[in-house]
Amino acid sequence: MANPKIDDATGVETVGHEWDGIEELNNPLPRWWLWSFYACIVFSIGYCVAYPAWPLIDKATAGTLGWTSRGQLDGEMKAETARRASLIAELGKASIEQIAADPKLRRAAIDGGRAAFKVNCIQCHGNGAAGSAGYPNLNDDDWLWGGDVSAIHQTLVNGIRQPGDDATRISQMPSFGRDGILNAAQVQDVVSHVRVLAGEEKPSASAQRGAQLYTDNCTVCHGAAGEGNRTVGAPGLNDAIWLYGGTRAALTQSITNARYGVMPSWGNRLDPVTVKMLATYVHSLGGGEEAPAPAPEEAAAAPAAATK
Amino acid sequence: MVTALSRSSLWLVSLLIAVVACAAAVDTGFAIHMLIVALACIIGLIVTLRGVDLSKAILAPDQGRYDDDPIRWGVIATVFWGMAGFLAGLFIALQLALPVLNLGFEWTAFGRVRPLHTSAVIFAFGGNALIATSFYVVQRTCRARLAFPGLARFVFWGYQLFIVLAATGYLLGITQGKEYAEPEWYVDLWLTVVWVAYLAVFVGTLVKRKEPHIYVANWFYLSFIITVAMLHIVNNLNWPVSFVGSRSYPIFAGVQGALVQWWYGHNAVGFFLTAGFLAMMYYFVPKQAERPVFSYRLSIIHFWALIFLYIWAGPHHLHYTALPDWAQTLGMVFSVMLWMPSWGGMINGLMTLNGAWDKVRTDPIIRMMVMALAFYGMSTFEGPMMSIKSVNSLSHYTDWTIGHVHSGALGWNGMITFASIYYLVPRLWNQPRLYSLRMVNWHFWLATVGIVFYAASMWVAGITQGLMWREYGADGYLVNSFVETVAALKPMFFLRAFGGLLYLAGAVVMTVNVWRTILGHSRVEAPMRDAPYDPEKDRPVVAAAPAAA
Repeated sequence: MANPKIDDATGVETVGHEWDGIEELNNPLPRWWLWSFYACIVFSIGYCVAYPAWPLIDKATAGTLGWTSRGQLDGEMKAETARRASLIAELGKASIEQIAADPKLRRAAIDGGRAAFKVNCIQCHGNGAAGSAGYPNLNDDDWLWGGDVSAIHQTLVNGIRQPGDDATRISQMPSFGRDGILNAAQVQDVVSHVRVLAGEEKPSASAQRGAQLYTDNCTVCHGAAGEGNRTVGAPGLNDAIWLYGGTRAALTQSITNARYGVMPSWGNRLDPVTVKMLATYVHSLGGGEEAPAPAPEEAAAAPAAATK
Repeated sequence: MVTALSRSSLWLVSLLIAVVACAAAVDTGFAIHMLIVALACIIGLIVTLRGVDLSKAILAPDQGRYDDDPIRWGVIATVFWGMAGFLAGLFIALQLALPVLNLGFEWTAFGRVRPLHTSAVIFAFGGNALIATSFYVVQRTCRARLAFPGLARFVFWGYQLFIVLAATGYLLGITQGKEYAEPEWYVDLWLTVVWVAYLAVFVGTLVKRKEPHIYVANWFYLSFIITVAMLHIVNNLNWPVSFVGSRSYPIFAGVQGALVQWWYGHNAVGFFLTAGFLAMMYYFVPKQAERPVFSYRLSIIHFWALIFLYIWAGPHHLHYTALPDWAQTLGMVFSVMLWMPSWGGMINGLMTLNGAWDKVRTDPIIRMMVMALAFYGMSTFEGPMMSIKSVNSLSHYTDWTIGHVHSGALGWNGMITFASIYYLVPRLWNQPRLYSLRMVNWHFWLATVGIVFYAASMWVAGITQGLMWREYGADGYLVNSFVETVAALKPMFFLRAFGGLLYLAGAVVMTVNVWRTILGHSRVEAPMRDAPYDPEKDRPVVAAAPAAA
């Protein structure tokens, strides 16, 4: 210690070194600091005893509590599974129509479906299921492949145009322009007619020419008045609801090159209960339809049960 | 003449290598980088051949007792890169609030500008501040001129080349994808060369010292230089796909790679942003306050405790991941034990003001230092707290982490750097005083309010996000989709950007102030202390209580 001296302002001795005018006082370690430091060390030692901590040759110390992160997750998952087991079992046993008819099961399925929708479906159909270009809105009653709960369920299980799924919903509109079935002018005439059907354009000479072309080429799937056909997923053209847009450009594109929208088959991605939940949830969004009239006898009882 | 000749031939050879590498490059990014290197060689060649005196460019006064030219350059670079980094930060904060600002170009997308921001503020702004102040402090506390003056200049310019290569690389999409270690293999190698030169200059000066002991600030600087070298090398052990291409693959894979990355990442915080800046604190606080350091013993104990404990704390970045439980435990307990050693620096800094607390009222530079230490204390408490697994399970992956980092970076690193710059500029350019002390005060308040907006909005955002992610309904299903949590944070994103804007505005005020000081201007202004003050009672004079209104 070179030459310690007393600092006037604090009355503490300096250590006696000096660097570029900087000196250092010889204050002790603040007690609260030291004891807090010790307390942290004691806590840490205790924690290391209680939990897995020190690596040994082939594994680490396990800790006296026997805790593992995998074990904790496993326990929580098992507890939750057990809590829901009876409900899940009921949902598993019930058919999609029975779930729709039973208020308790239906509510449970809607809750589960809402969560599953947020994980699996919103990427295409949107957070509020409102869809976007190429992905249908699920809130309205304009259904491509059917809007009763069984039809929605089947669409979900097998998907739409899902390669490798024999039961998938499938159809393919010809590429009228690209394949030379219609020339460019004819495509424009059909566009005019379709827009007249939808009420988006006033009748014109082009639309009149298009009407004949429409009857020859389009009626078989989309219907004479553009009412659509759910067995082949042909959208209705007589409303202003468009899957790929209703502008002349979008329609020209659709008729020229056709579209080929795909949805995966969820039957081999999710468990059957989750798919049923999703179908029930989507059916509940606002546009869900009653089961069609010529249905098997147990389905005929369903509306009665639902109104109970 | 001989040195000029040998230097120019060195530049020519480097130029040749760069041009050949550019021609042989297997990807555009590498070719552009080699072009930049070639350009740097051409500039170096011209400077050498024409004998340009660089010190004239920055109005440097005559050389005094110490070699201060690289420090003057360093101060200017710190201010420049600070502005660039803050601006990039504001831009990406606005991108998060208004995604349209991604502008639809790959070069301006958030994913590329974000590392530009982090590297610009940490390595360009912080790094230049550390290099410049370390050269300043080591000379004065050792009473010795810089060892290897040529090498010191190489360190400065070489480091700027590293920054330019790193920054342009991010925008071109050249990245290792490792946070805070994004530059690719050849830029890493270049930084290694520069860093070893830095170590040589620093240690060389320490060896030359005319003081019997090494001052505490130099321990911190030395630990920063050595540890960063070790971290940088280990985390960048990569093998290039081609020696004339920008892509490389790491030697460590999987969870080992993740652990090495966060061992690096956490100690970049520990040794770059903590130890290095504590070194600045240990010199500039006692100098500005004109008071002795509070406790020599505390400085020894907290220094060794800090560097011993910090190096093990990295695994807390990997809680609840594939990292084995035992490693997570150790990451957590070492972080908890780190709390008091970190606070040792805060205590030693704040208590140094004993006997000079009135300066907080009268000296805005001291005020900045105190605020820096307060934020240092806050974030070094918050850090250990967030490393506790149950807290981390809520905070991890949320904006809370961003808020934590920024209360440390803006509050501690930024403020202590600003204060040091204000201390250095008049002294380095032989000016009697700063252009304006009142502008320092404005800077202080703009920065402080900016940090409050930033940190508070990110705390709220982080906790909101964490709670929404883990929210289950009574039915046992998740309540929120990810996009709903993002929508909930949008107001916080705007508040954060506003805080950043204030902080940037403060830095603009500083830039003007530094610029005018270098030019030798002094603003005519009323002195800072205008509140009536009674020196006998050491209290401000409170005006006679006005009639109750």
